[in-house]
Amino acid sequence: MDGRDRVFDDRTPGVEEYEPTANYLSYTVGLGLAILLTIMSFVVSQTNLLWPPGIPVGLIVLAFAQIGVHLVFFLHIGTGPDHTNNVVALAFGVFIVFLVIVGSIWIITNLNWNMMDMPH
Amino acid sequence: MTVATIDAVRPELVRGRGGGGPASTRTVVAYGFWIFLLSDFILFSGLFAAYAVLSDQTAGGPTGAELFNLRNVFIETMCLLFSSYTCGLGALSAERRQPGRFLIFAALSFVLGAAFLVIESTEFAAMVGKGAGPSRSAFLSGFFTLVGTHGVHVTGGLLWLIYMVAQVVAKGLRPHVLRRLLCWSLFWHALDIVWVGVFTLVYLMGAR
Repeated sequence: MDGRDRVFDDRTPGVEEYEPTANYLSYTVGLGLAILLTIMSFVVSQTNLLWPPGIPVGLIVLAFAQIGVHLVFFLHIGTGPDHTNNVVALAFGVFIVFLVIVGSIWIITNLNWNMMDMPH
Repeated sequence: MTVATIDAVRPELVRGRGGGGPASTRTVVAYGFWIFLLSDFILFSGLFAAYAVLSDQTAGGPTGAELFNLRNVFIETMCLLFSSYTCGLGALSAERRQPGRFLIFAALSFVLGAAFLVIESTEFAAMVGKGAGPSRSAFLSGFFTLVGTHGVHVTGGLLWLIYMVAQVVAKGLRPHVLRRLLCWSLFWHALDIVWVGVFTLVYLMGAR
């Protein structure tokens, strides 16, 4: 009975309970990780620490890592019950973004390839 | 076993899945604004795609490697990142009902965001001055459209921040003001996420 009461009290519409979504520490950890990943991106792009043909892939991986850090530490997208809908919407958004970007690059690269040996 | 009984026995199973009563206004508002932000990401994905397929079409004009100054880009990145950080701390102070702290963090976020815009617009003006404006090549059209749209979003975010500070001063940290503030902070963090894509795809890959 106790659990049931608590749940219904929590969810009454219009009631603004204090929701500690984060604290100073989590923002600071996020900032530190983001700075670290940014510096790594700049260093990787300007030096040959990575195998040169692999640099674009490395940069993309670092960008995704940093976006993940932003989502978790700044936007607080989490695994809690209140986030179920947010995560599903995010997954759909990422799917559309992926389709638009990768699809465009794929199609246009293919087009450029086919146009290359056209007689003028 | 009926739904009501599951509610009572395992509340964590039904919260967020339609059980346990309606969600709080705050959760609903944040969800609606999150949907808007995702649609904004889809807008940017179109511009990213356009830039990616046009970035080699320089029409004999200057390339990214000749135009981009990575030191400025690094400073811009740090401005936005620290602005995002102070925005988060400001939102936290507002939720803890500390208006004084909120105003300090809001001022810091504004100054850092404005510094970003000043550096970016100086860079744009220098490029146009060198004859590398948006009409020079397809690469530069794509560049100015993508980076410019992000800059316009940052400008909108700064105007919105002024409006939010005015509301906090005039009305205090009431629940509906706090919800608007939550939306603004989500918007500001989302712009930083878009910037991660911009500096990686446009500047770091373009300057190689």
